[in-house]
Amino acid sequence: MHLKYESFVREPLVNGDKTYHQVTEDIVRPIEQKPGRMWYAGFIFSVILLCFGVFSVFWEVYWGIGVWGINRTVGWGWDITNFVWWVGIGHAGTLISAILLLFRQGWRTGVNRAAEAMTIFAVMCAGQFPIFHMGRVWDAFYVLPYPNTRGPLWPNFNSALLWDVFAISTYFTVSLLFWYSGLIPDFATVRDRAKTKFRKMMYGIASFGWTGSAKNWQRHEALSLVLAGLSTPLVLSVHTIVSFDFATSVIPGWHTTIFPPYFVAGAIFSGFAMVQTLLILCRRIMRLEDYITIGHIEAMNKVIVLTGSIVGVAYLTELFIAWYSQVIYEQDAFNWRIVGPYWWSYWAMMTCNVVSPQLFWFKKLRRNIVFTFIMSIVVNIGMWFERFVIIVTSLYRDYLPGSWTYYSPTWPEIGFYLGTFGLFFTCFFLFAKYFPVIAIAEIKFVLKTSGENYKKKMEPIEEESTEEFIQKHVDAHH
Amino acid sequence: MAIKKFAVACYDDEAVLFPAVKKVRNSGYKLHDVYTPFPVHGLDQALGHKETDLHIAGFIYGITGTSTALGFMSWIFTSDWPVNFGGKPHFSLPAFIPITFELTVLFAAVGMVLTFCYLNQIMPGVKKHVFHPRQTDDLFVMAIELNEHVSEQEVIDFLKSTGAVETNVQVAESEWWYGRWDKEEAYQTA
Repeated sequence: MHLKYESFVREPLVNGDKTYHQVTEDIVRPIEQKPGRMWYAGFIFSVILLCFGVFSVFWEVYWGIGVWGINRTVGWGWDITNFVWWVGIGHAGTLISAILLLFRQGWRTGVNRAAEAMTIFAVMCAGQFPIFHMGRVWDAFYVLPYPNTRGPLWPNFNSALLWDVFAISTYFTVSLLFWYSGLIPDFATVRDRAKTKFRKMMYGIASFGWTGSAKNWQRHEALSLVLAGLSTPLVLSVHTIVSFDFATSVIPGWHTTIFPPYFVAGAIFSGFAMVQTLLILCRRIMRLEDYITIGHIEAMNKVIVLTGSIVGVAYLTELFIAWYSQVIYEQDAFNWRIVGPYWWSYWAMMTCNVVSPQLFWFKKLRRNIVFTFIMSIVVNIGMWFERFVIIVTSLYRDYLPGSWTYYSPTWPEIGFYLGTFGLFFTCFFLFAKYFPVIAIAEIKFVLKTSGENYKKKMEPIEEESTEEFIQKHVDAHH
Repeated sequence: MAIKKFAVACYDDEAVLFPAVKKVRNSGYKLHDVYTPFPVHGLDQALGHKETDLHIAGFIYGITGTSTALGFMSWIFTSDWPVNFGGKPHFSLPAFIPITFELTVLFAAVGMVLTFCYLNQIMPGVKKHVFHPRQTDDLFVMAIELNEHVSEQEVIDFLKSTGAVETNVQVAESEWWYGRWDKEEAYQTA
């Protein structure tokens, strides 16, 4: 008999009376069905947004960076704000897939696939901003250290901006590999039950010819573990390096050692909020409530309240250090953040990131789907403002009062941002239709320990005394 | 590349599969492979597979990335094109760390995934024989290689006695070939 045991204190990760076959049916169903009206409406809307984004970018490339609202004082505006925001969102996916794997958190199996997809799409969106911010985008490849005919002249490897190039591109590549290696067995599942020839052919290619051989699974497990081990420091390094873009400069408000942990916490905070937004919609529309349970949502809300509090402590530490340092430039920078012309962005950040997530200390609210959904959007608005506050309100009043300015975005900047939403959701809708949104093999792996029906079968054993249990099973292993 | 004859047994529970694997290995029949819909822990030991060396390959790739990054940046900034950045040393090791780390991870990950694909013989366009379409769904499938020394019926009866829910005999290619999955062939026809 099966004696995989998990405490009854833990709630089931898979609800309902599931068999291995039922798991396959439930998760592959959306791929095999025609998408509903909601899907078409959402997809078309995303593509329209994407087209508007492409037009906005075309406008900027055609006329030059001058069509944006940025100027000589505020050199980084919405573009870099959006870059940092999108990269941050990506971090939750890697946290779920890698760090929670190392910590043996079973609940990650329900959400890791979609969260990793979100990571990849978010990093794709993020990458657009620094590239088009370069202005002469056709020279973007100059950042790569390739042997060229100009010397060869190399990029400056001591620059935090070049570290970013390496960090973001490595992060994207490794996330993609990690995600896809997990997808291979699930594509094979879709392939082997495909009814139409076209689907069989396409998923045959996508599954790389996977058959589920025992030796292949052994290597797959080893690969997943090592990739998780590599991704864990990688994800921490990526936002650390993004924060170096600021921290290695000498701008008041940026030149602080707290930036790396503060950015990483903020990234996980905003990323989990985005995972909540996407998964609350997904589980409802695709009827995956049995796999993405209230327990999953609660677990993620706990991460949100933890990282939100870390971010709050970081904000207060910044203020304290500005006062304690007795540097007037630091003090003025923070003073103007709070009461200066951009006071509204500072207070939006404080309210959305520090105050409102504290409501998640209440269990009732953590397990309330509507409340969680609203909070997930509030958090992401707050985290966007955090990046805006850090970037714009540190730049707009520099050392020379004659060049003080006020920055507002123009329509191509806003259009660019909306366009990345279009890109993100276009990709996500395609993912939801053509990819197994939940890791099928991983759910099957935890089903017998954490499935509701299997946990119920353990009830009689749970009631036995230890002596009775030993008497019964003493010979089981001989 | 070899076309062989297999006796195939399907089990619907991994708890039945383990004793079956043990019995087959003790019986001396040639166990071709076991296919499962998800990783079954302990199955590799039960089959007598040794631990994979994939992580060692990963380590070697990682070290290659580290030395590539460090060597390349040091060579550029100390000998190929030294640039004075605010009077700082040409060989500024702390500033090289981020890129060194990123390349270590990049080399290790890319190298490992490629090695994984190579060892498992998987690639887009690769086709292998699938003994049962539900071996990626809910069945645990064991294939035993048949040859002239064993009787077909004897093996099938033996497999049934181990608790198989379904048994049959198949002639199939034992390795991979290039092929399309929407075509029905069990081995390369061309």
